[in-house]
Amino acid sequence: MDERKIVTKNLCAYFGSFQALKNISIEIAPNKVTAIIGPSGCGKSTFIRCLNRLHEVAPHARVSGEVLLDGRNIYEKNISPIEIRRKIGMVFQKPNVFPTLSIYNNISLGLKLNGEKRKSVIEEKVERSLKMAALWDEVKGKLREPATKLSGGQQQRICIARTLALEPEVILFDEPCSALDPISTAKVEETIEILKENYTVVIVTHNLQQAARVADYTAFFLLGEMVEFDRTETLFTVPKDKRTEAYLTGKFG
Amino acid sequence: MKRKVMNNCAMAFCFIAVIVALVPLVSILLDIAIKGGRALNLNFFIHTPRPSGETGGGMANAIVGTLTLIGLASLWSIPLGILTGIYLGEFGSNRFGEFLRVALDVMGGIPSIVIGIFAYIIFVIPMKTFSAWAGGFALGIIMLPVVARTTEEMIRMVPLEIREAAWALGITPFHTIWHIVLRSAVPGIITGIILGIARIIGETAPLLFTAFGNMFWHHSLNQPIAALPLQVFTYAVSPYDDWHRQAWAGSFVMVLLVCIMSIIARLIIERGFTKTSLK
Repeated sequence: MDERKIVTKNLCAYFGSFQALKNISIEIAPNKVTAIIGPSGCGKSTFIRCLNRLHEVAPHARVSGEVLLDGRNIYEKNISPIEIRRKIGMVFQKPNVFPTLSIYNNISLGLKLNGEKRKSVIEEKVERSLKMAALWDEVKGKLREPATKLSGGQQQRICIARTLALEPEVILFDEPCSALDPISTAKVEETIEILKENYTVVIVTHNLQQAARVADYTAFFLLGEMVEFDRTETLFTVPKDKRTEAYLTGKFG
Repeated sequence: MKRKVMNNCAMAFCFIAVIVALVPLVSILLDIAIKGGRALNLNFFIHTPRPSGETGGGMANAIVGTLTLIGLASLWSIPLGILTGIYLGEFGSNRFGEFLRVALDVMGGIPSIVIGIFAYIIFVIPMKTFSAWAGGFALGIIMLPVVARTTEEMIRMVPLEIREAAWALGITPFHTIWHIVLRSAVPGIITGIILGIARIIGETAPLLFTAFGNMFWHHSLNQPIAALPLQVFTYAVSPYDDWHRQAWAGSFVMVLLVCIMSIIARLIIERGFTKTSLK
């Protein structure tokens, strides 16, 4: 069993002529939570958007280098981004439920459009995803109501459930709690803890304490480069790079 | 103290300006309502025109004619307008998109009589007859840019995050547009359609050489067809008083239709009617 779920080799990302990522080579372990930390603008979001091939939809965006999922480069010519995104899901910073759909349909839409036609299977998967996202008890009586009626924290958990319904292999979280209150944040972090049993999780976070709480491994990014990558406890207690230490102790943000 | 005086003067001036602007509008509406209301009766809605002097004449054929022409115009301009709007909203940030926008703006600015002549050349001459088809075509040309531009605006207003959420689920761009983007844009698109219809209800010039008008019921779409604005025009320039009264009634009906449609369009925007299920 390969130790590494995702391996990037000299990954570079560009917006036109601006290089946002410089030669990132990192190995993401399966069934673990890997956190990406760093100050604003360091390329954290760009990095994970390269993992599910979402970076390339931005105007004038370009990627070079390789990203291997289970050994296969996701940027190969004959692989479509759609396939990749079914295997590597993403939860965004601001909850982005589909506003015109009910709670149930928000979660089932991905399944239906990816070819699932059996109603019983869909119902079962919707329930399972909502349970995994710790939301089932709160919404099971109102599945047909618009998703927009829920609170921010609940909406974010809908987004998580929506991603889980497709049973991806990897889930990317792009600062999922930055728009949430502390109680919702705690619930989301609980969910992430549970998720790693079955999924590989990569989480971008601004919040150092959060990284310390949830992540097994942490990578520190600065100005498009990966400065250091290690087990979380090691990185936080005995960082090897001066810049890492400076960031962790708050010398710059 | 001086600032307060200045402020009050400015506010008073704005208030007066609003009143002044409203005066022509209100007086026209009142005039039409009074004169038109007087001549409005059941006959107006169920009978065709009768010669001057005879009672019981109406504009039933013109009302049906206008509805028919609107239907024909919508038949081709709504689907084409929506598709064009989708293209411009989703993929139109390129040279061709710019060109298309300019073309639509020009189209919207062409004098309607010229549009009528164009439709005359395309439809009436080859068919050797005035027809509802020609009228519907001409009105559609006027409606198309309205629908397309409104659709584009509404699609652009759908936030990027919603699209990204769909893409991140492995949903194809086409499905994303169809199931997610369009759904959000529907209330606005409906508004655009209603405003387009409100615009063409009263268009007279393009119908002069295309639908041509008809004092009787049309029996097929390949014949001249009556329409409210044409009928009002014919009656208004005639020398007969009773026809003049009917012209007021026709004008009143048209204004009423435009008002109702505009109010509905407003309500749709404000309430933001949304559908909440996929079925």
